[in-house]
Amino acid sequence: MSHPPRRRAARLLVPLIAASLLAACGGGENTPAPGATGSAPAPAAAEPVKLTVALFSDFHYGPLYEEFKKTHPNVEITERRAQFNDHHNNLVTQVATGAGAADIVAVEGGFIATFREVADKFHNLNDFGLQSRQAEYLDWKWQLGLSKDGSQLIGLGTDVGGLAMCYRPDLFKAAGLPSNRDEVGALWPTWEQYVETGKKFVAAGGKAAFTDGPGEHFRAMVEQAPVGFYDTSDKVVVGSNPDVRKAWDVSVSMIQNKLSGKLVAFTPEWTTGIAKGTFATMVCPAWKTGVIKDQKPGEGTWDIAAVPGGGGNQGGTHLLAPKQGKHPKEAAELINFLTSKESQLTLWKDASALPSLPGLYTDPAVADFVNPYFGDAPIGKIFTDAAKALKPQYTGPKSGDVNVAMGNGLGRIELQGQDPEESWKQAVSDSEKIK
Amino acid sequence: MATRAPERAAPPRRPGGKRRLNARHWRHAVDVKASPYAYVAPFFLLFCAFGLFPIGYTLWVSLHEWTLLKDEHTFVGLENFRVLLTDSYFWNATYNTLSIGVLSMVPQLLLALWLAHLLNRPLRAQNFFRITLLLPNVTSVVAVVVIFSQIFGRDFGLINWVITSFGFEGVAWRDGTLSSHLAISTMIMWRWTGYNALILLAAMQAVPRELYEAATIDGASSSTQLRKITVPMIRPTIAFVVITSTIGSMQIFAEPLLFGAYTLTGGQDRQYQTLSLFFYENYMRLDFGFSSAISWMIFIFILIIAGINFLLTNRMKGSVR
Repeated sequence: MSHPPRRRAARLLVPLIAASLLAACGGGENTPAPGATGSAPAPAAAEPVKLTVALFSDFHYGPLYEEFKKTHPNVEITERRAQFNDHHNNLVTQVATGAGAADIVAVEGGFIATFREVADKFHNLNDFGLQSRQAEYLDWKWQLGLSKDGSQLIGLGTDVGGLAMCYRPDLFKAAGLPSNRDEVGALWPTWEQYVETGKKFVAAGGKAAFTDGPGEHFRAMVEQAPVGFYDTSDKVVVGSNPDVRKAWDVSVSMIQNKLSGKLVAFTPEWTTGIAKGTFATMVCPAWKTGVIKDQKPGEGTWDIAAVPGGGGNQGGTHLLAPKQGKHPKEAAELINFLTSKESQLTLWKDASALPSLPGLYTDPAVADFVNPYFGDAPIGKIFTDAAKALKPQYTGPKSGDVNVAMGNGLGRIELQGQDPEESWKQAVSDSEKIK
Repeated sequence: MATRAPERAAPPRRPGGKRRLNARHWRHAVDVKASPYAYVAPFFLLFCAFGLFPIGYTLWVSLHEWTLLKDEHTFVGLENFRVLLTDSYFWNATYNTLSIGVLSMVPQLLLALWLAHLLNRPLRAQNFFRITLLLPNVTSVVAVVVIFSQIFGRDFGLINWVITSFGFEGVAWRDGTLSSHLAISTMIMWRWTGYNALILLAAMQAVPRELYEAATIDGASSSTQLRKITVPMIRPTIAFVVITSTIGSMQIFAEPLLFGAYTLTGGQDRQYQTLSLFFYENYMRLDFGFSSAISWMIFIFILIIAGINFLLTNRMKGSVR
């Protein structure tokens, strides 16, 4: 699971460098004017407070900090950034050694489970009244920010990565399938119907494969189930959960019906294939549209339809306050501010970060947003529909590693010709070994 | 010892001048005996802090169930090593490491020897050729692997383009065990052949010219001279190159990691997961106890190789003299 976000981080690197220059221009020191603005919630004569915010790319928070300082003139904010994996690995070390963490840290979806396990190392945001935000949030997003037993709130969500299915209208048309995105979405309400569509596509005899590889499909199917790789007591239930087995069987049928182009995401063949059209569909979290665009397939070459099975999410971030921080009250207030409805709408407009507050999904800025590169696809609506439809699922501590083990199992069937049943046994035993 | 000696050598009744002489003598003795240690001390202090201590501490960690984020670490004795030695993925990684090591080292050394032999004669623009040899080595390993991953691509790779244009079927380089090992070995050879050639060349230049002159007069061909004069004369250097390459091959990491587009398992079937990558996979799961056990096994493997090398070079020295 670790490679897509890494690539995503790499993609964000260039604007990051450019914007870090801008962000550095923040933080002019306003002397607190006692009693001048009566509406400020912070006491005007408050002690000066320095907050650091650690992020893994440019979140476009610069203008929001300025906004926050208007009501909190005593707070000085510095931001520091590191590359995606370094950022999270550093945070693990900082939390383990009890030193060096920022007051506010960003944690991406692939890592949040790791930190939920050690919830006592973070400030409980309930102590600062932030449980009041629950009603605003997507249920599953809210639950990702809770400690394992649900008693503590360790983080508030920022963005989400709604899931869709990207497809090539030209290849669909050539195979005699509908190419309009609504009709395409209607072809596959379920994953079984997606496979049926694929069979028709293959029967038409084009050169392209129907899809890249089964790994991401498998992951999306598992995440749509009520229970995934873990039960709530953190036991790996891959071998006994019928939904995992069902997802596996559908993925195997994709391989056996030759729908797959035998491609592994982010290998050179895969990225080149995006532009050259070696495959016609791929599972598409919101951020993958950027990956597609980077390969310059041409405007309108790829389009976006709904994902089978109803809803999904990949990625998205939470803001947490490590217990090492000396100013939990101010940190909680800043987290509350950065994740507020107004801020999330600003960030959608500035940074295309999909909001995690369903209240915003009807806002015209989100609902009516179209992307001309993808044939004017209403990506705001498509991705938020997917995020809204997703049911909460308990994410175990090493879900990412389990996903890799299962994905490797599918890979062995299609690339090394391993017997599906043997591969299943090996994948289950690999998953159960992950501690 | 050194501090106690002068006290005994300086009884109180001795005249002052003699005592001063003794003191000077003492200082001189200390200077000669102790100063060299003082000069090398900075390195060894740093080595102890950043080399020796971590090695020892890793051993300590490897005897525990040790997850980075958990505060309590349970002592489990040799359990991690027991699990490791019965883990088929560990032996798979060991096999891959050896296989890639042999596949890259043997052709690499033969090629390096041949290149060095070609350059070991009066040539125009000698420095140009020598620098050219070193160029692949100063290229970033990431750049090398990215380029080679493109070349070894299944659908759009250069090699498969050539193969298919002759009417054969393309090779899925990443998916097979041997094919992926060959691809990775090629990257290693690309980077290290020139470097090793330079080391061998340096050794060749120390071989007395008269031997070649005599051989030439006797009518020995260039390749005979290489086999009968050069190789026997530079055996210790060849042994050195072999040992450094072997240790280097125990540490192959970036090539398989990047070749697999950042997958830590080195392919779906772990077909090109090396020991270092296997270590990294477990380290990234924050399982420090188990990862430490892996690093110690790698360390032991390297010690074994170094031991074999020591025996071989000793024997070679004997045979040359």
